[in-house]
Amino acid sequence: MDVGKWLEYLVDHARILRWIAYVLLASLVVADLLIPSTYDRFPWESWGGFGALYGLFSCVLLILVAKGLGYLLLYRGEDFYDD
Amino acid sequence: MTDVLHPSLLLFLGAAVLPLLRGRAQQAWMLLLPAAVIAAVFSMPHGTAGALTLFGMDLVILRADALSLVFAYVFAIITLVGALYALHVKDTTQHVAALAYAGSALGVVFAGDLVTLYVFWELMVFSSVWLIWCRRNPVSMAAGFRYLLVHALGGVVLLGGVILHVLDTGSIAFEAFSADSAGFYLILIGFMVNAAVPPLHAWLADAYPEATVTGAIFLSALTTKTAVYTLMRGFPGTELLVVLGVIMALYGVTYAILANDIRRLLAYHIISQVGYMVAGVGMGSIMALNGSAAHAFTHILYKALLFMGAGAVIHMTGRAKVTELGGIYRYMPITFLLYMIGGLSISAFPPLSGFVSKTMVVEAAALDQRAWVWLLLSLASAGTFLSAGLKLPWFTFFGKDSGLRPDEAPWNMLLAMGIAAFLCIFIGIFPGSLYAIMPAPVEFNAYSTGHILWELQLLLFAGVGFFLLVDRLGGVKKISLDTDWLYRWLLPRIANGAQRLVDYVWQGLLGALMNRLRWLVTTVNRHHGPQGILARTWPTGSMVLWVAVMLAASLLVYYL
Repeated sequence: MDVGKWLEYLVDHARILRWIAYVLLASLVVADLLIPSTYDRFPWESWGGFGALYGLFSCVLLILVAKGLGYLLLYRGEDFYDD
Repeated sequence: MTDVLHPSLLLFLGAAVLPLLRGRAQQAWMLLLPAAVIAAVFSMPHGTAGALTLFGMDLVILRADALSLVFAYVFAIITLVGALYALHVKDTTQHVAALAYAGSALGVVFAGDLVTLYVFWELMVFSSVWLIWCRRNPVSMAAGFRYLLVHALGGVVLLGGVILHVLDTGSIAFEAFSADSAGFYLILIGFMVNAAVPPLHAWLADAYPEATVTGAIFLSALTTKTAVYTLMRGFPGTELLVVLGVIMALYGVTYAILANDIRRLLAYHIISQVGYMVAGVGMGSIMALNGSAAHAFTHILYKALLFMGAGAVIHMTGRAKVTELGGIYRYMPITFLLYMIGGLSISAFPPLSGFVSKTMVVEAAALDQRAWVWLLLSLASAGTFLSAGLKLPWFTFFGKDSGLRPDEAPWNMLLAMGIAAFLCIFIGIFPGSLYAIMPAPVEFNAYSTGHILWELQLLLFAGVGFFLLVDRLGGVKKISLDTDWLYRWLLPRIANGAQRLVDYVWQGLLGALMNRLRWLVTTVNRHHGPQGILARTWPTGSMVLWVAVMLAASLLVYYL
C-alpha cells in the first residue's frame, strides 16, 4: 500500500471532499438544533448551533487579535536579538 | 515497602553504564533500561520507602500514591518512546542526559519531602540543558545558557521558599501548603517557573525549539508536567491558579498563531495546554484535579507525538520554518498521518485522547458555574485546533510546494510515533483505562451527546474560520517579542548603559584628578623647574652687591 499515492488521490479529489465537509457541517448544526440539550449549567448550552457560532467566532477573533498584536507590537526581524 | 528499587536510581545507574557500550549493545541498552523502568513503575505498590534521617531531617525519598503514580506511569512510557525515537542518534552525551533527566523527573514525582524534591528539581535542570546544547550551534548554546539561568533563578526562589516553610512549620514533608505559611508564595513561584506560567514562561518557547530533534521529546514531556504534579500536590484549590491557567491557555494559542518555527508553535501549545491543567489545579474540585491529571497524561503522549512529527520533518529536510516548508505530504505521508493523530488529539477531537481529558477540566468549570473560565477555555480549544491541527500541518505538508523531496523518516522514528499515536487512539476509545488510574474515582462520561455535539461544532467551525482566512495565516519571516525580551534585549542594554555611565563618571573623576595634578606639576615646574624662579642660578656680582648692602646696613646699625 502506498500511503503517499492514496493521499495524492484524496488531494486530487478535494472538491468532493469539500462538499462532504459542507454536508457534515450542516448536518451537525441541524442535529444540534433537533436533539434536545442534556446540559443546562449555562443558558447557551441549550441554544442549538451555538457551538458552531462560537467556534467560528473564536477562530476569527484569535486570528485578528494575534495578527493585530503581531503587526502592531510583537513582530521583529529574525536577527533582532543578534547583536 | 522497603525492598523497592527506586526507578530514578535505575535510570541513573543505567545512564552511567551507557558510555561504556557501543553500537548495537548501546542501542539495546537504551531500550532495555526504560523497559525495566516501566516494569518497576507499573509494579510499584502504594507506600513509602527510602526513609532516612540526614542532618536531623526526615527524608522520604520514595512516596508512591495514586497521584505520583499517574505521572510516573506516563514518564516511564515516554522515556521508552523517546529513547526509541532517538535510537539512530550517535551521541552518547545526549542519551545519557535524556535518561538522567527522566530519572530526575521521576525523582521529583516520587519525592516525599521538600529536600529530596529540591535535589531532583535541580538535577532535572542540569541534565536537561544538555539536550539543548547537544544541537551544537551558537544559537542553541546561547538558548541553553538562558534556560539554565532562568531555572537557576527559579531554583533559588524555590529553595528560599522551602527554607522559610521549614522554619515556619518545622516540617519538610511535601503536602498541600497553607496560604499563611511564610514560604507559600516563593514555593508557588518556583513551581510556576517550571510550569511556564506567564510571565515566567519565556524560557520554554525560547529553548525548546533550539533543542536537538530527539531531545525536544523529553523536554516537552517532563519539566512542565513535573511542575503540574507539584502544583497539584502543593496548591490544589488556589484560586489565583484558575486565572493564571486561563491566561496561559489563551496566551499560548495567541503566540502559536504568530510563530513561524514549527517547534516554537508547538512549544507555545505546551504553555496553552498546561494552562488547562493549572486552571484545573486552581479549581481544586475532584473533577478538576482528576481532569488535570488525566490531561497531563494524555498531553505528554500527544505532545510528544507532535514534537516527533515536527522533528521528523526537521531531521529529513533540515528546515524548521513554516515559510520554508510545504508540499511534502507525498514524500513523508506516514509522518503526516501520525502527526495528524497528535494534532487531532491535542484539539480534543472525539474519539482521541485529548477529548476524554480536556472535557473533564472544562466540565469541572461548568459544575462550578464558572462561565468565563468555561467560555475562555473553549475559545482556546478552537485556537489549538487552528494552529496545531490545521496551520502547522497545512503549511508544512500541503500549501505551496517548497520543492523539497525528502525521504520518509527512519523506521525507529516512525515506530516511536506509531506507539504514541496508538496510545492516543486507545485512550480515546477506552477512556476507562485512563480514568482507572486517576487520583480519585472518576464519575464522568466524555461521550455524552451534548459533549460530542458541542466539541465537533466548536472545532469544525473553527476549521471553517481557518479556511476563510487561510491566506493571512501563512508563516511570516518574523520573530515575536515575548517576555524574554526583558533579559535578552532590555537588561543587556540597561547593563550596557550602566557600564557606560560608570565609565563616564570614572573618566570624569579621573580627568578632574589629572587636571589638579597637572596644575600642581606645572606650578611646581614654574617655580622649581629649569626656568623656575627658585631654580635660577644667581650671578656672583649680585651676591657681592648684596653682601655690600648688608655690610653697609650693619655698619649703619652699629653706628647708630
